[in-house]
Amino acid sequence: MTADIAAILAIDGIATGAVYALVAIGTVLIFTVTRVIFIPFGDIAAFTALTLAALDARQLPGTVGLVVVLACMACVMEVISLARTGELRAVPKAVLGYLVLPLIVVGIVWLTMRFNPPMPVRIVLALLLIMPISPLLDRIVFRPIADASVLLLLTVSVALHFALVGLGLLFFGPEGVRTEPLTSMAMEIAGVHVSGQTILILAAALVFSGLLFLFFDFTLVGKALRATALNRTGARLMGIRPARAGTIAYLLGSLMAGVSGILIAPVNTIFYDSGFLLGLKAFVGAIVGGMASYPGAALGAFGVGIIESFASFQSSTLKDVIVFSLLIPVLLWRSLASHHSEEEVEE
Amino acid sequence: MRKMLSLTALIGGLVAASTAQADITIGFVTSLSGPGSSIGIPYGRGIQAAMEYKNEVNGEKIKLIQLDDGSDPSAATRNARKLIEEEKVDLLIGTATAPSTIAMMAVATELKVPMIAVSPVIGQPNPADQWGISVPQPASLLVKVVADRMKRDAMKNIGYIGFSDAWGDLVYNGAKAVETDDGIKVLTNERYARVDTSVTGQILKVLAVRPDAVLIGGSGTQGALPLLALGERGFKGKTYGTVALVNPDFVRVGGKAAEGIQVSAGPVIVAEQLPDNHFAKKLALDFRAAFLKANNVPTTDGFSAYSFDGWMIFTSAAARALKTAKPGTVEFRKAMRDEILNTRELSGVHAVYNFKPGAYHGVDERALVIVRLNNGAWTYQP
Repeated sequence: MTADIAAILAIDGIATGAVYALVAIGTVLIFTVTRVIFIPFGDIAAFTALTLAALDARQLPGTVGLVVVLACMACVMEVISLARTGELRAVPKAVLGYLVLPLIVVGIVWLTMRFNPPMPVRIVLALLLIMPISPLLDRIVFRPIADASVLLLLTVSVALHFALVGLGLLFFGPEGVRTEPLTSMAMEIAGVHVSGQTILILAAALVFSGLLFLFFDFTLVGKALRATALNRTGARLMGIRPARAGTIAYLLGSLMAGVSGILIAPVNTIFYDSGFLLGLKAFVGAIVGGMASYPGAALGAFGVGIIESFASFQSSTLKDVIVFSLLIPVLLWRSLASHHSEEEVEE
Repeated sequence: MRKMLSLTALIGGLVAASTAQADITIGFVTSLSGPGSSIGIPYGRGIQAAMEYKNEVNGEKIKLIQLDDGSDPSAATRNARKLIEEEKVDLLIGTATAPSTIAMMAVATELKVPMIAVSPVIGQPNPADQWGISVPQPASLLVKVVADRMKRDAMKNIGYIGFSDAWGDLVYNGAKAVETDDGIKVLTNERYARVDTSVTGQILKVLAVRPDAVLIGGSGTQGALPLLALGERGFKGKTYGTVALVNPDFVRVGGKAAEGIQVSAGPVIVAEQLPDNHFAKKLALDFRAAFLKANNVPTTDGFSAYSFDGWMIFTSAAARALKTAKPGTVEFRKAMRDEILNTRELSGVHAVYNFKPGAYHGVDERALVIVRLNNGAWTYQP
């Protein structure tokens, strides 16, 4: 291992880590607001890549079918629950939010596709299509059990991941895809060749971390989300609606998963089932940050990326084993160093 | 529609030829749906092309019954039973995925019906109770031919990178097997997973041993990942692989980085470029013409040709079996099995076939040619 090799591996690891960081930050965001460890996050990223590839090939992506099915389910559930509580006046609003809005998005994509839009527009369309999926899943799967224990929510989340992989096979088919590179530029930094794609990935990770920081500290919505995260009941008494906070968190999280999916699509072949490993490695990063701090999750994810890169050089067959073995010392240290809060005792 | 037509032709044939009381009935199973369908559909088209090419043996009509197994081994098992017990077929041909093929082979052995497998079957059959053979080239042979080519190209130090699964092991062990003291040496054994996003670390390790050539043990689109990384690092040596890489997506994704890679593949892939005295030349061109006539699309893959070769093996064995038994009888099934295992020097479009009891595969090194990727097209490298 010479200095140049170490430099190349470090750059490569940082690029991989940046993708994990985006997903890890999204995971932490959703966890702190809703207490759901959202395992299907990686799947959302993979679906975005598959959607973009379908748009590039001038086909209507399978995501359209997925969104329409989920929108119908969510709408029916919402209307039934409103009817049960006798709040019939809220029904039109619910139909608008859960059925009409997603269908408008699908309609926009369908219309725009007829004009052969350029690459940036296609990326925006792919993100638009992917955004409704998580909030709809939240309404269908997690809202009815919002007050359950973290463990139950995690179990449901894992089950949801397997359901999504099956749906992915149904809507996208078994073949892998790879999209056109976003940029072909490259530069030399201290004698190491760095591709433009790497720089883009890094920039996206930094910009999103920065935006989230600003959002949570300087906007009312962000503060409301933080309040929900700290204490659901207290936030409710102050007039914040936890359900809405959850929806916003899922929307933001999907956006980040979508961006990471678009960033990895040109550098790797994405299959319908590629998301799981991506989500899992990001989750390791988030654990390092204690599932609570954004900078911690981002640092942890970069650490996972760098370790993975060096492990692939030292012993490529054991690469994933090394990455996941990291969890054990981290978990030990976390559980010994942290104080259990009152809330967990109640559960 | 096509089925209707062939049925009408068949009934017409029956009325015309009053002597042909007993047709030869063939049960064909393939995966028209499910994850195996991307190769199952070509298998089905290959059989249609074969019917177009030859639809009778010694004046006896052939009746073909095709079923879909949905890429599911239990459905393949049910289909095999239905074909044998209800349709009374004389021979089974199938199917697109290895697990389903093995399941069908078990049914064929149990019910004593000969079977021609169009997917690889692993293992050693019991010579006394062997009812099936397998058409495709075994993976070990694919690797051996490409390793011999590396030797011929005077490559000494070989870097290896492949999948971290059974396929990666198979290619690595195959390359290791041809190592010699003065010839090629495989110096690295780097692995990556199908879902990995980067192989930079592994490629650095490969380049650290200063290889003359790099052997790729991946498949399809993801097989291009190491080539892209090698291209980024400015690797100037040669690259080698196996037919597992050959698909349009590999060429598209690999682009300039995949240029010049040499792989071992069945001769039918480059039929039009073969020399006139090559055993597969004329038959492969006839096969392509029949394929176009039967399916109205040109052939673009090597899979449909396995079905076609299976049909060649069946018709040549049936011609001999008909001398001793009548179709539709237990004796005919047994005669068919004996004659299939008695195939000698039969030229197909992929290989020259020689079967004998005790082995599923019956091909030798003539079944593979080396093809090179030049400007996005595979070219024959004698």
